[in-house]
Amino acid sequence: MLSYTLKRLAFAVPTLLVVITISFFLMRAAPGGPFDGERQLPPEIEANLKAAYHLDEPLPMQYLRYMGNLAQGDFGPSFKYKDFSVTELIMQGFPVSLEIGGLAIGLALLIGLPLGVIAALKRNSTIDYLVMSLALGGIAVPNFVIAPIMALVFGVLLGWLPAGGWNGGALPNLVLPVIALSIQQIAYIARMMRASMIETMGSHFIRTARAKGLSEVQVVLRHALRPSLLPVVSYLGPAIAAIVTGSVVIEQIFGIPGIGRYFVQGALNRDYTLVMGTVVFYGALIVLMNLLVDLLYSALDPQIRYDD
Amino acid sequence: MAVHWRTLLTALPLLLSLGTAQAATLHVDNEGEPGSLDPQKSANHWDSRIQKAMFDRLVDTAADGRLIPGLASRWDVSDDGTVYTFHLRDARWSDGTPITAEDAVFSLRRLLMPATANHNANLYYAIHNARAVNRGERAPEALGVKALDAHTLEITLDHPSGYFLQAMAMGEAAPLPRHVLSTTKRWIVPGDTVVSGAFTLGEWHPQSQLTLEKNPAFYAADTVALDRVVMYPLEDTNDAIRRFRNDQIDLSFAQVPSSRIDWVRAQRPDALRTAPWAGEYFYMFNLRDGALADARVRKALNLVVRREIITDKVLGTGMRPSHRFVPEAMSGADGVTMPGLDAPYAERAEKARALMREAGYGPDTPLTLTLRYNTDDDHKKVAVAVAAMWKPLGVTVELYNSEGAVHYAAIKQCQFDVARYGMVATVNDPIDLVGSYAAGGSAAAASGYQNARLDALIEKSAHIANAADRRKVLGQAEQTLLDDYAVLPIFDYVSNHLVSPRVQGFEDNVMDEHPLRFLSLASPSTPSHSGE
Repeated sequence: MLSYTLKRLAFAVPTLLVVITISFFLMRAAPGGPFDGERQLPPEIEANLKAAYHLDEPLPMQYLRYMGNLAQGDFGPSFKYKDFSVTELIMQGFPVSLEIGGLAIGLALLIGLPLGVIAALKRNSTIDYLVMSLALGGIAVPNFVIAPIMALVFGVLLGWLPAGGWNGGALPNLVLPVIALSIQQIAYIARMMRASMIETMGSHFIRTARAKGLSEVQVVLRHALRPSLLPVVSYLGPAIAAIVTGSVVIEQIFGIPGIGRYFVQGALNRDYTLVMGTVVFYGALIVLMNLLVDLLYSALDPQIRYDD
Repeated sequence: MAVHWRTLLTALPLLLSLGTAQAATLHVDNEGEPGSLDPQKSANHWDSRIQKAMFDRLVDTAADGRLIPGLASRWDVSDDGTVYTFHLRDARWSDGTPITAEDAVFSLRRLLMPATANHNANLYYAIHNARAVNRGERAPEALGVKALDAHTLEITLDHPSGYFLQAMAMGEAAPLPRHVLSTTKRWIVPGDTVVSGAFTLGEWHPQSQLTLEKNPAFYAADTVALDRVVMYPLEDTNDAIRRFRNDQIDLSFAQVPSSRIDWVRAQRPDALRTAPWAGEYFYMFNLRDGALADARVRKALNLVVRREIITDKVLGTGMRPSHRFVPEAMSGADGVTMPGLDAPYAERAEKARALMREAGYGPDTPLTLTLRYNTDDDHKKVAVAVAAMWKPLGVTVELYNSEGAVHYAAIKQCQFDVARYGMVATVNDPIDLVGSYAAGGSAAAASGYQNARLDALIEKSAHIANAADRRKVLGQAEQTLLDDYAVLPIFDYVSNHLVSPRVQGFEDNVMDEHPLRFLSLASPSTPSHSGE
């Protein structure tokens, strides 16, 4: 297990290198630069700005400089948020995104898994149809529609919760964004759990378990649940990486200081270092989550072993 | 039920205010996250609001936008307008160190050093040797700035500058704490930044909120009413409006978008503040080759655009139809206007068709133009309207939209026929706009416009010390541009802000400057919020 983990981690380095290199050159290939704005700058001032960020050097030189700094753990200064380094921005934003995203995933599992199980066990019943219609609705209605409506109803009209803002992560400020972020995940997880549960319940070992005289509850909890979780777990790896690195839409709508917005803003502002920083961070997180998922697999399914 | 909510709504701010009854705290939507609080390192509106609150300048701005004495209690200008002598008052940095003329010298040299890479450095090029310093050709010590004694600063200009005092009132010209900067690289530290202005930097949580606390060491601290200002960087204007409705913010510096203006007018007319603003929305023509090199075509395209339909029917945000390049509310010359636009529409349309025929275009020989704009709902609406107005001339328009960075890069590289442009003046002076069309200016470079007469007038204006005479010459330059139909002016901007009636000292002005030190809050025990 340990050697497998180390091998996977070693493979992560070339993967990340490729991701970084492609992103670096793609970003520079995009038309427009960090200083192209409504106010066109006089040539000498633009020259000063470019020199300050080494943008006057040839591209390969800039690439080597970036990689050199990165090797020392330095993501460089942000072009737009000049009082902070990219590392600081990510370290300030990530805990916020992690909190919102973690809570949303937790909530999604807490609601989505039981819903999926119930729908599977009561297949083709009214409950099943109700749950699946709701899930379909949850997937179909994007969160940029749900979120403003929730803010309007619960924030402005009813006045129960703040219409936006972070306020240091106070509970009332968490409620709406976490729910808005989890709705779609609840729907996905419920559907996935239902499908996989139905499949499991049809297998031979479940028939055997029933034949042993176990109650239906025992059959589900002790035998059917674990194998049914496998598809959900493999979905969760990338999903967690995506959600804890921030949802651009939710952060923008509720004014939450996570790192999700840095992806989009960084790209729109041609804030090269910020975009690169978030890409590297996201890439590393995905690699890590996939590894965790694979390790979790072996815990859930004894047929999967990694000792080579 | 409805009654309960309403009672709750009106009671909430009251309840919240009980805990902080003594401290006057203003909650502000400040449009965006500051790029930097170092006044010389960034140039956003929202940055400079905070920077100016933290760092006073020799020349300050009043609530109505007038220039007033700041750290300099007075100043003298030589008769030829080239030597400015500032007399500094006895004032101290927030750490108790006296503010001296040496601090101002240090700051102006730093402003023009190439390594600082200041965006607005060119506004200070009138200072002796400033351009050479900014290009790295001369040492910063060569700059025409010197401290005659601890309280007297002398600045020598190469030629008079009509906006020099305005430039001195801008954030980047603020004296900086030399004793801190010379020892520390990282000197903007929440809770511990040495400042000269009305407020110090309290907490700063990027992308969430930033708190300014009243600076007791500010020389006019007894006139500052607010104890604390909390600034939220709300990038989504709908978020700002929701929070305003929820009484979470008292004031929004963001512009109310056209999609929400009707709602605001209907629901909160008491909170909408609309005022003329020093910005021009226009279409830039690429004059290099093709049909637009022909002044007759440019004239025809100008004649058929009905600005009042765009401002009143298409947008409805209060923008003012424009027939010239310098917004009316700015201090431009009187009587400048694009010829032919005052005639009735039918007459103008007839004339335009004739001009197009003369130039060789008509139903059988149609003209195709690409019209570029940066992605935005309002820009799209305007572009569609203009395209429809050009259609009767036999002009087919291909609309092309792209994100801001791509749009402005394309303009810079002259890849357009017609391009949407918004120019907001940095200083209230016509040269800030008209100068861009003179040789070496950014608009001239992008559009390919050249007119020796305009260049000569701009050059001449740089040597006139008398403000009225200078304005007249700049007016002639603007008229030259309009006589050539080199641009298609559409409207003058207005600023549209949400300001709670509780907020006092917010005075409308053309530069949309609202110094925090002059704002105050009416007694919180009289909530004026009227519910939904």
